[in-house]
Amino acid sequence: MIRIVGSRLLGMLVVLFLVTLFTYAIFFLLSADPAVQICGKNCTPERIEQIRLNLGLDQPFWTQFWGYVGGLFTGRTFTVAGAAVECAAPCLGYSFQTSQLVGDMIVQRLPITATIAVGAAVLWLLGGVVAGVLSAVKEGRFLDRFFAGLTLGSMSIPNYVLALALQFIFVVALGWLPFPQAVKFTDDPGQWFLNFILPWVVLAVGYAAVYTRLTRANVIDTLQENFVRTARAKGLQPGLVWRRHALRPALTPIVTIFGMDVAGLLGGAVITETVFGLNGVGKLTADSITANDQPVIMAVTLLSAFFVIIGNMVVDLLYTAIDPRVRTGASA
Amino acid sequence: MSESTSTPGAVSGEGSGPLLSVRDLTVSFRTAQGPTSVVKNLEFDVPRGGALGIVGESGSGKSMTSLAILGLLPKGGTATGSVRFDGAELIGMSEREKRRVRGDRIAMIFQDPLSSLNPYYKVGTQIAEAYLSHRSGVSRKQARTVAIEAMERVHIRDAARRVDHYPHQFSGGMRQRIMIAMALSMEPDLIIADEPTTALDVTVQAQILDLLDEIRTETGAGLILITHDLAVVSEVTDQIVVMRAGETVERGAVEQVFSDPQADYTRRLLDAVPRIDDAIGVLRTTAITVPDNGRSAR
Amino acid sequence: MTFSSTSLEAEATPAGDSSLHETLESSPPASGRRLLRAFLTDWGAMLSSAYILLIILMAIFAPLLTMLSGWGPYEFDQAAIDPNLGAIPIGPFGGISAEHWFGVEPGSGRDIFARIAYGARVSMTVALSATLLTTVIGVVMGLLAGYFGGLVDLVISRVMEFLMAFPALIFMIAILSALPADNRVFLLVVVISLFGWPYLARIVRSQTLSLKEREFVEAAKASGASSRRIIFREILPNLQSTIIVMATLAVPGYIGTEAGLSFLGVGVVPPTPSWGQMIAAATPWYAVDPMYFVIPGAFLFLLVLSFTTLGDRIRTIATSGEARS
Repeated sequence: MIRIVGSRLLGMLVVLFLVTLFTYAIFFLLSADPAVQICGKNCTPERIEQIRLNLGLDQPFWTQFWGYVGGLFTGRTFTVAGAAVECAAPCLGYSFQTSQLVGDMIVQRLPITATIAVGAAVLWLLGGVVAGVLSAVKEGRFLDRFFAGLTLGSMSIPNYVLALALQFIFVVALGWLPFPQAVKFTDDPGQWFLNFILPWVVLAVGYAAVYTRLTRANVIDTLQENFVRTARAKGLQPGLVWRRHALRPALTPIVTIFGMDVAGLLGGAVITETVFGLNGVGKLTADSITANDQPVIMAVTLLSAFFVIIGNMVVDLLYTAIDPRVRTGASA
Repeated sequence: MSESTSTPGAVSGEGSGPLLSVRDLTVSFRTAQGPTSVVKNLEFDVPRGGALGIVGESGSGKSMTSLAILGLLPKGGTATGSVRFDGAELIGMSEREKRRVRGDRIAMIFQDPLSSLNPYYKVGTQIAEAYLSHRSGVSRKQARTVAIEAMERVHIRDAARRVDHYPHQFSGGMRQRIMIAMALSMEPDLIIADEPTTALDVTVQAQILDLLDEIRTETGAGLILITHDLAVVSEVTDQIVVMRAGETVERGAVEQVFSDPQADYTRRLLDAVPRIDDAIGVLRTTAITVPDNGRSAR
Repeated sequence: MTFSSTSLEAEATPAGDSSLHETLESSPPASGRRLLRAFLTDWGAMLSSAYILLIILMAIFAPLLTMLSGWGPYEFDQAAIDPNLGAIPIGPFGGISAEHWFGVEPGSGRDIFARIAYGARVSMTVALSATLLTTVIGVVMGLLAGYFGGLVDLVISRVMEFLMAFPALIFMIAILSALPADNRVFLLVVVISLFGWPYLARIVRSQTLSLKEREFVEAAKASGASSRRIIFREILPNLQSTIIVMATLAVPGYIGTEAGLSFLGVGVVPPTPSWGQMIAAATPWYAVDPMYFVIPGAFLFLLVLSFTTLGDRIRTIATSGEARS
């Protein structure tokens, strides 16, 4: 077990390192003058100089790169307008355009991203699994076909179109919901819910469709399994047959996929946040790209990759815990 | 088809009528081409403590027979006729009643023990399941003891420890023993074994057959052994039914049928089995055709 | 159970795309004529194909169509928008009229029909090119990894895992934003394909692995066939249906990806029209001129729907056809 975790960890670090390297390389090798890019609009020659100094842009690529990586582990100090700015480890850089530590910017925005991600995740998991199980039980009948059509449509509509459509219907035309804003749960739970409902639904719809189909297929397959037949032949209560012998094997793989999907979303649901104007990490990504704020772009890319890789690893380990065959290893 | 539903009580064990009495059993499926019968007008008895073999090739309907008895036919299948178990009519019985019979009074052992066991649960759990389900007011501890005992009964060593193992941790032969233990744990009156040895090595086959025989003698349970292997049948059973494409080709006592087969098909089946006292020469092969019977449409 | 994701949705991809959950059983290709007939009588497949064809024709003949409709995609019609009301289109439904079949864009007065027609070019070009590229790369890599195993497989699999671990959307955005603005379509195709091929390769690899063990491959080897021959004559034909289905199902994903990237502003550069970009531009106007987002949105939706349906139907026909033959 330790060996598995160990090798996974190593692999994870390697991938993270490579992602960092590639991202850094792309920005600093592809852009003509990184300092100007990073400086953004309203640039002044002084600021450009500062950037050059702080990031050591006159130095060779590798020196810069290790400086960045070093900053991730030990922190860094930037000199901005004569004053020293401490950037504690992991130092994700300094945004010269907005005069903030990138790390701070991200931390500020994480709660919103997490809210959107988790809320949508709950919705799509419950919705998808329930719909999938129902479809499997009523295979071939009306309900099944209805869900099949619904999921097809849901998978086909781009989220931003759906977002605009739902907004138009529920906010503008019907006025049932407020225009989504980042309300804190602690301030007003009711409003919080009403405000986040649209982003949740928009984000969840696509995933729910996939999960419905997946669950349906898994359940149908599992019901054909011989051990289900054995369970029935033993005269077990239908409830027990369902829970232990049908659902458990069918739903287990879904849980693992779920983990990976949620992990991916923690890096920010770029489009959903942008459309609704919610200041999460995703919107930060989109904004910083428009503004060409390279340090921020680097940081969010890294963060996203980090979450995905961690998510992958967690899921792998989870599978080891869940599936006895993997856990104990097949033996004669 | 009678509708009488005397609830299955304990086996009287006094020789009052056969344990299982099948009359005019027909199993049909709805196919794209219309209804097809995979079992036609089957008739046999299993006396208390007796052992019946149902022999036939794949597609002969032998497995369907067992599923029909238990009411476990796949979607689209219906069974008509009469299946009397200890005086109670199983055909037409309510699903709830049937559940009470299944696993408790009639137990079934399937062909492939690896896929017939749930890989996610411990072996002990799966053996104890039936016990917990059918007997009210029993504790998990008691059920666990029953499971361990059942495993010991089928000669699995170190049962107290292995009861917590998972199916994949056992060998093929062991897994089949576990299936038998599962069947045994409820002390059924009738055991139906569907190709119990087909997926196993030849050496292990003999052990399993011996085990089945031993259990039958010890517990007085009836046994229906379904197989395509004539050698297997001759070991364990008293009576034999030969099936082909859903129809009964021949029926009778095993020695009788083997030494003096009436039907041509039976004769050809017997001929196809190599015998150790055959003159050394070419192995007689015979083309045994099985009519389509709409199988390819399923 | 194997999962795969062939589509890069414009948001983070669901890690398991169940539309491909059932990996296709590779078996000898069934009678072509029979499959064709089954295809022609399947109204899901036919309707989808009809719409797809429509869009393809629209894309190809865009210049002709705009000549007929009277307005090009870059012309501004000031008469169609009302400056007093903040430059919203005059007339209901976003200014739909005989002049402007789909209305005009608020603010600029450009003909929406023309921009839709030209936008179709971008969508189809990018999606089809990316599909072609990912299919070729994916099949080659999958075959190599699956057939030769060993070091080749190790290297290719690691590369695949690496690429799949990237947060693709973010990376694509990052790369595209760092690069200069010319040759956008080409860049889009390259970037999308870069992250797309591993998903196809993964499936091809696993199918190759199982095919490799089949008797007919053993037989070919025994009769002295070269690796190349085996791959092309024995294995590849059996992957036919898998490849076709995967390619068809990849297209809608790439359409969505291109549209998503354009929506975020890293796709084709304005004034070149793209459906995704139009929707982005429509966002501030959604309350007063919903048609502006509804029309490109509907086109996008229907196109993705059609390709997905088509892929689904092909897969059903192919698998049931093979089962029957």
